[in-house]
Amino acid sequence: MPVPKRKTSRSNTRHRRSSWKAAVPALSPCTQCKTPKPSHIACPTCGTYAKRQVLDV
Amino acid sequence: MPTPTKGARLGGSPAHERLILSNLATSLFEHGRITTTEAKAKRLRPFAERLITFAKRGDLHARRRVMTVIRDKGVVHVLFTEIGPKYTNRNGGYTRITKIGPRKGDNAPMAVIELCEPLAENVVAEAAAAAKRAAKEKAQAEAAAAAAVSAAATATAEAAAEEISDDAAAEETAAEATDADGAVEAAAEESTETAADEATDAAADDAAADEPKA
Repeated sequence: MPVPKRKTSRSNTRHRRSSWKAAVPALSPCTQCKTPKPSHIACPTCGTYAKRQVLDV
Repeated sequence: MPTPTKGARLGGSPAHERLILSNLATSLFEHGRITTTEAKAKRLRPFAERLITFAKRGDLHARRRVMTVIRDKGVVHVLFTEIGPKYTNRNGGYTRITKIGPRKGDNAPMAVIELCEPLAENVVAEAAAAAKRAAKEKAQAEAAAAAAVSAAATATAEAAAEEISDDAAAEETAAEATDADGAVEAAAEESTETAADEATDAAADDAAADEPKA
C-alpha cells in the first residue's frame, strides 16, 4: 500500500489550511419584517414567504 | 428502457421508496400540510397530485386505484369527498412547496408541502379587471407626464412665460412643445386642442410658479 515518503512540512500544512475560508451567506431583507434572511426561504423570524404565513412563530 | 423518475431516490429499496411516498401522501391528505425534507417534498408533489386527480374523477375504479397506494380508508374518504371536489376548477398545481431552511442536527434542507386553497370563482374576472385598471392608470400617468414635459418644454423654450397670455402664442408654444417632446408627439397630435389647453394651463402654472421667484 502506498504511503507518503516525506513528512508534510509545517509550511505546506499552513499554506493548505490558509485557503479554508468561510463564505458570508448571501442575505436579503425580509419583505415583511426587514430581517436579513436567505433568499427563496421562508423568513425564520416572522415565518412568512411571499406575504403568506408558512411557519408558526 | 423506461425513463427514471425525476428526483432523489428515497429509502433503501423500491419497496421502501413506495412505502415512504404512500406514507407521506397519507399524512399530507390527513393533515393538509406536512414538514419534510426538500427531496421528499419534491418527490411527493407529483405523486400526491396524481392521487388528487383520481379523487377528482371520483368513480369506483379511481377509488380502488387510490386504495392501492393509501391504505387508510378514512383518508381516502376525505380525499374523495373533500379534497377532490375542492379543486374542480383547478387544473393541476394542487400542492405548494415552501422551503424553510436547513434542519438542526443534519443540516438537511427542509420544506413545508401543503394543499393549496381552492381557486376562487371570481379570481379570473378579478385578474382581468386588475389588468384593465393598470392599463388605465398607465395611460393617465403618461398623459400627466406629457403635460409635465410640455410644461418643462415651454419653460425652457420661453424664459418669460408670463408674457405668453395670447391664445395664438400659447398654441405656438404648444406646437414647439410637441416638437421638442418626441415620445409623446403622437399623443399630443391626436388631441392638439387639449394639448393647447394644457399648454395654457401649464403657462399659467409657470406664471404662478415664477411669481414667487421674481
